Amino acid sequence: MKDNGKKTKTHLLPDANSLRNYAIVFVFLILVAGFSVASPAFFTAENLFNVARQVAMLGISAVGMTFVMLAGGIDLAVGSMLSLVSVVCAKFMVEAGIHPGLAVVLTLFIAGGIGVLNAFFINEINIPPLITTLGTMTILRGISYVLSGGRHVWGFPEQFRVIGQGYIGPVPVPVILMILVFIFGWIFLEKTPFGRWTYGIGNNEEATRLSGINIRNMKYLLYMLSGLLSGIAGIILLSRMSSGQPKVGTGYEMEVVTAVVLGGVSIFGGEGKLLGVLFGVLIIGVLENGMILMNVSDYYQQIILGLVLLAALGFDNKLSGRLKRK
Amino acid sequence: MADRSILSLRGITKNYPGVQALNSINLELYRGEIHALVGENGAGKSTLIKIITGAVKTDEGEILIDNHSYTSYSPHDALFELGIAAIYQEFNLVSSLSVSDNIFLGKELKRGMFLDYSTMNNEAAELLAAMGFSINPKTPVNTLSVAEQQIVEIGKALSHDVKLLIMDEPTAPLTPKEVGRLFKLIENLKKQEVTIIYISHRLDEALSISDRITVLRDGELIKTMSTRETNRKELIGLMVGRNFDQEYQKRKNGQGDVILEVEDLSTESVTDINFVLHSGEILGIAGLVGSGRTEIARALIGMDTVKDGIIKVHGHPVEIHNPTAAKRLKIGLIPEDRKKQGILGKMSVKHNISFTIADEISRCTLINEKKEKQIVKEFIDRLNIKTPNQAQLVQHLSGGNQQKVVLSKWLASDCSILIFDEPTRGVDVGAKQEIYYIMDELAKSGKGIIMISSDLPELIRMADRILVMNSGKVQGSIDYKDANQDLILDMASRELKQEGKHER
Repeated sequence: MKDNGKKTKTHLLPDANSLRNYAIVFVFLILVAGFSVASPAFFTAENLFNVARQVAMLGISAVGMTFVMLAGGIDLAVGSMLSLVSVVCAKFMVEAGIHPGLAVVLTLFIAGGIGVLNAFFINEINIPPLITTLGTMTILRGISYVLSGGRHVWGFPEQFRVIGQGYIGPVPVPVILMILVFIFGWIFLEKTPFGRWTYGIGNNEEATRLSGINIRNMKYLLYMLSGLLSGIAGIILLSRMSSGQPKVGTGYEMEVVTAVVLGGVSIFGGEGKLLGVLFGVLIIGVLENGMILMNVSDYYQQIILGLVLLAALGFDNKLSGRLKRK
Repeated sequence: MADRSILSLRGITKNYPGVQALNSINLELYRGEIHALVGENGAGKSTLIKIITGAVKTDEGEILIDNHSYTSYSPHDALFELGIAAIYQEFNLVSSLSVSDNIFLGKELKRGMFLDYSTMNNEAAELLAAMGFSINPKTPVNTLSVAEQQIVEIGKALSHDVKLLIMDEPTAPLTPKEVGRLFKLIENLKKQEVTIIYISHRLDEALSISDRITVLRDGELIKTMSTRETNRKELIGLMVGRNFDQEYQKRKNGQGDVILEVEDLSTESVTDINFVLHSGEILGIAGLVGSGRTEIARALIGMDTVKDGIIKVHGHPVEIHNPTAAKRLKIGLIPEDRKKQGILGKMSVKHNISFTIADEISRCTLINEKKEKQIVKEFIDRLNIKTPNQAQLVQHLSGGNQQKVVLSKWLASDCSILIFDEPTRGVDVGAKQEIYYIMDELAKSGKGIIMISSDLPELIRMADRILVMNSGKVQGSIDYKDANQDLILDMASRELKQEGKHER
């Protein structure tokens, strides 16, 4: 009886999920319109490709983070992963003289392996994801400083620069990679059992386990995926900068989380769509790009980004709270 | 008599949507008496307690305390002004704080602006000593045994100058020795003119400690009587005796092959469990909360570790280490706590139903959505799930429909052994009958069903055979022809030391 009363009520309110999705598109459009009016240089094909190239790495990592967060976890090690990957891959090519193609493959193996290690601590030793990845984040950063001795590693073969700096037609290669990652991510999330179960874990881990889903394996795969995708992002970064640097990616994990949460993925897991995350990524890109065009200082940019994150989380909490009350 | 009255309930009535929880209850409690309150689950005991403690407001009637008439009061006033305290099965202690911190929680003593720890500790120690216990008041509560925590809980209540103390199943977590100490404490409180309402499923205890006993059934006060003038048999008779004319009656199906054998199974919470499940059969499991009913299910589904014994499925010994293994063996569980263990609330009806079979209906890892839609539609029709569409989020469905979604999930994966743990809890009457019908149909189609339920009438109607659990052991097995509530309740609530006398 009680349920019937609730049911009629929920019909009157727009579904919280769709509200989130609409809101994010709305915010994006307002930003684009605002910057277009404010700066004539903003709404040009060249600048828009520029935005896309700037967010490519963020987007690729955000897809991995989306999977992990939908399953109720988090991966804070993605920033340090960039640093480690850039140092390790650079060392492979410069010092070990390995062919760039092979170096990339080896590096991605390591990146995926580190994800598996994260899952190992979470699964087998029962350390919460936040703490586990906080730990590996610090460790990885340390390792990349140790490996590089704090110095830049540079002098790659020419062909390696294609990944970060090349174009296919008018489209930068990183943008193409990001689009591919989003498409594959979307297919995995929406069309495969893996995606269903990812949502299931975030929704109700106990019920998912009782449904006979192997949650342990799922977590290994999820953190491996996140590691792997951040590995790809790291390689793009390395190729763009033409040198491996241990200091890169500081604070990157928070930018990724910001994009994902902006995109409507619940910090409690189980809710959110990859399309929303794409818009979350684009909002960050447009915001940064637009502020640069308008000569907003670096310092203010940080304040504004922080405010955007708070606004997004506040919005998320309000909606989650409303869902719980129903 | 009137001057001895401490609290009197007059015509207390409480309705919840669709249920009358209490119907015009009249009850008088005397100073310094121990009053036992007995009844089955859902008889209205907890609602009555909540009204007395002020947690719930009565719809009609009044409560007379010291010649004042109240229609309602707040839980705070009940405790601080009226001296009414309750101790529930789940303790209300802050586990990281010390004993005295807990006793003085909310009424801390201060010296100036600082907490006066030494006085609080001394007073707490005195209070506990007066109760006949020596517990160091500085000990953190989480290092105490369950029995000691209960003492602290009682001490906390007594620190409020309590006139009426309500104890809900106080002996459930205690060992027999600890029960003895608790009873001594209760006798002491009685001497100090504290009135005690004692709620217990264990009728023998109620009979031995109380002065008077009140029986509730279906929200009605059936009888209040002096303990000396009644006995166990009469109490059980008054507690049950329900009219089940219109309820679904299982058609008794022929027994098929043995599909599940459990031999000498032991886990952390159950010992030496033996039973056999045939296809086409509904095997009921009865028992009080904590008797090990659910733990049998947990062992079969691979959630609890099997310490000893053999499980055979279709004659083959199997090891079930996790629910994935159970699923592979076609064993499914419709769990007790639907919200926490059954549904994926923020996912759609469609994705819930196809959850366990998402991999089976996939091709090259892609889910065949046409097939999915068709399967889901089939279950929505077959189980009569009331949902506007397949995309509806499950959290918006009613309890009965949520239960059908959980059930569909397991039917979709074609389980041959289905375990229903409290299948109709929180489900309205109409949907209940539908679930009974579905269970019966499933049995008829050759599935083996294990049905765990606290609702004895339902169990008797549905099961072909009933195992009665008591303290982690199978106390007996009753054929449906011989099953009645008296017998089951007797087996389930009997204290195990009398085992020999009642063995069938």
